[in-house]
Amino acid sequence: MTATMQSRTTGARPRTAERRRASWVPRGLVLPALIFSILLTQIPFVVTIVFSLLNWNQLRPSEIQFNWFHNYVVVFTGPDFLPSLFSTVTITGTSVLLSLLIGLGFALLLDRKFVGRGIARTLIITPFLVMPAAAALIWKWSMLDVNVGMINYGLHLLGLPPVSWNTDFPVATIIILLTWQFTPFMMLILLAGLQSQNRDILEAASVDGAGPLRTFRWMTLPHLRQYIEIAALLGTIMLLQVFDPIAIMTKGTGGTKTLSYLLYERAFIGLNIGEAAAFGVVTVAVTMVVATLALRTLFRVFIEGNVRDA
Amino acid sequence: MKSLITKRRLLSSVVILATATVLAGCAGAGGGASTGGTVQLTLATVDNPQMKDMEQLKGTFEKENPGIKVNFVQMEEGDLRAAVTADVASGAGQYDIVTVGAYEVPQWGANGWLTDLTPALKADKSYDVGDLFPPVRDALSVKGDLYAVPFYGESSILMYNKTMFAKAGITISDHPTWQEVAADAKVLNTPDHAGICLRGKPGWGDLFAPLTTVVQTFGGSWYDNNWNAQVDSPQFADAVNFYVNLLKDAGEADPVSNSFTECLNLVNSGKVAMWYDASVAASILEDPKTSKVAGQMGYVHAPVFKTKESGWLWSWNLAIPKTTKHVDAATKFVEWATSKEYEQLVGKTLGWTRVPPGARTSTYSIPEYKKAAAAFAPITLDVMKSVNPKQPGVNPQPWVGIQYVTIPEFQDVGNQCAQFVADAIAGRSTVGDALAKCQPIAQAAGDKQKK
Repeated sequence: MTATMQSRTTGARPRTAERRRASWVPRGLVLPALIFSILLTQIPFVVTIVFSLLNWNQLRPSEIQFNWFHNYVVVFTGPDFLPSLFSTVTITGTSVLLSLLIGLGFALLLDRKFVGRGIARTLIITPFLVMPAAAALIWKWSMLDVNVGMINYGLHLLGLPPVSWNTDFPVATIIILLTWQFTPFMMLILLAGLQSQNRDILEAASVDGAGPLRTFRWMTLPHLRQYIEIAALLGTIMLLQVFDPIAIMTKGTGGTKTLSYLLYERAFIGLNIGEAAAFGVVTVAVTMVVATLALRTLFRVFIEGNVRDA
Repeated sequence: MKSLITKRRLLSSVVILATATVLAGCAGAGGGASTGGTVQLTLATVDNPQMKDMEQLKGTFEKENPGIKVNFVQMEEGDLRAAVTADVASGAGQYDIVTVGAYEVPQWGANGWLTDLTPALKADKSYDVGDLFPPVRDALSVKGDLYAVPFYGESSILMYNKTMFAKAGITISDHPTWQEVAADAKVLNTPDHAGICLRGKPGWGDLFAPLTTVVQTFGGSWYDNNWNAQVDSPQFADAVNFYVNLLKDAGEADPVSNSFTECLNLVNSGKVAMWYDASVAASILEDPKTSKVAGQMGYVHAPVFKTKESGWLWSWNLAIPKTTKHVDAATKFVEWATSKEYEQLVGKTLGWTRVPPGARTSTYSIPEYKKAAAAFAPITLDVMKSVNPKQPGVNPQPWVGIQYVTIPEFQDVGNQCAQFVADAIAGRSTVGDALAKCQPIAQAAGDKQKK
């Protein structure tokens, strides 16, 4: 593998002009897809920006007009934005962290050979395949219900009083559900990472007298770092948009009004398209800033990628 | 190598599943087109039992009217309101018939979003428009024109489990006060069952429907006659404090999860002794096929404090958006579903307790219905006649409606305030804090009416 790569790069070196011309062919092939995706993603965004400058309440169709930056003033001076940003960060951050940890545990267990491994793996993946709304309903009625829910039945067996999850612990309710749903996703990525580990090196380590804990800390974990980063990044992107469990279970009370639910509320209950669009634009801006900073400083995958390009 | 294959198989199955999910989602959104001479009507409705009955019986209509097919899209109340508002207001025209609440009909009618049904209904002598309940008809009219017809109407009543009352050795009067109900609820609150079930789910149509009637009978109101918000008035605070404390002392567990359906389940399974909610629940509780407490329930007027009555007035109505391309077919179906014949059809095929109540006066003189619904028909008729949507509270108000304010901003105001009150129910904040946060939101909406 390495030998062929070397021969390709060190072999016949084309002249600069030729190489430049040749590089246009792949670019030309990519171009239609690029234009298509720019049209598909950027036109709606530009439209959203225009909407955000309008005074537009759906129930007052005769009063649509430009009010320029008034919606943004409402976003930044109103009481909704900062608490909502905080809820988003809390719920997303905690859920990603928990599902990563539990996912890592399951991945380590499933990395061993045992009878019925395939069945166990399929079963563990199932929560991720359940549709979010269905999952929220399952948790509302069968798991967390205060009278007939399985979790409260379990607590009852232990002699503990039932817990009113939705009323008393709305944030925890959402985090439990999201962790349940995203653990399989994290596990899949980390399992792939574990299986790509070179067994010979692990064997050599154990011959050299490293125990399982040391091997894990100094061999496996550094190897997994890139996989953990990717899992965290993808998980964060997906969880930022989470909506169904909040709409079905907590209705945005008690610190569960994330940005995506707030947007829904402004657009479909407030029926205020202008304000909802302004919230949307600000959310995109904040996400982009945070994502860029995180990618540049925290994630080695991308930092090394940049170094290699330069 | 083997593991590689399984991995690949796994991946492909994930992809297939994901695609299937997406496709299924797309299939649900379409519809409404006419194919090969048949008119396909799309009807968006709440997922209440009466609407499910309508879907079950639509075959009769389709048989009588070959060439018209009706497709039902059922949603939860809040989702329906959002979906239909977005569709009608933006003119998307996805739905041919929609169920619209009494709150929206006058507003949407005035906006020109709904088809005026007056000429069609008056032309059809057998339909008998005059038979529709007068207060309900008034609530659905804009300047005398009818923009929707009631499918069923309801008020709110107090339902109680007679067996539990007998066991506790207490009785209840036909017109109880809230103070009496609170005292009874505390007596009836045992480890086996809660004293009372009250809605706590945040939402103007969930928590704030019963709560607003409590506010009104305590002497409070959302607005005074000049559209000044009254949320920070002592009467409003007294009422909300009373409601929150009643829930804490003798209410069901996990109230923030609960609205109509959840409370219905609790009453049905004998987990609560009393329930203050929509009168339409009585017909479900008395259906021996689905209810475990049929025959055990008693029904009395909504509890009061400073007013004589405090039941709400609500109706689910069928309306035809202006954007539909099939006005004639849609009108035919709307007339059929709200006709006297439909009531007979429901009674004969599904049982007389399942006849949609509170829409037609004549319903209450059908002998079979009177017999089957003896437990709740008289009180429903009585309450529906005695509520006054023009002035439900102690003081006059500038809108017509009981448990809601007929302005576009109210669903937003009610929703945000319900979330604050839910925080107070959970003990994360006080009622005072919640109402202090609600007052400016309500005032901003009131200011728009002053213009």
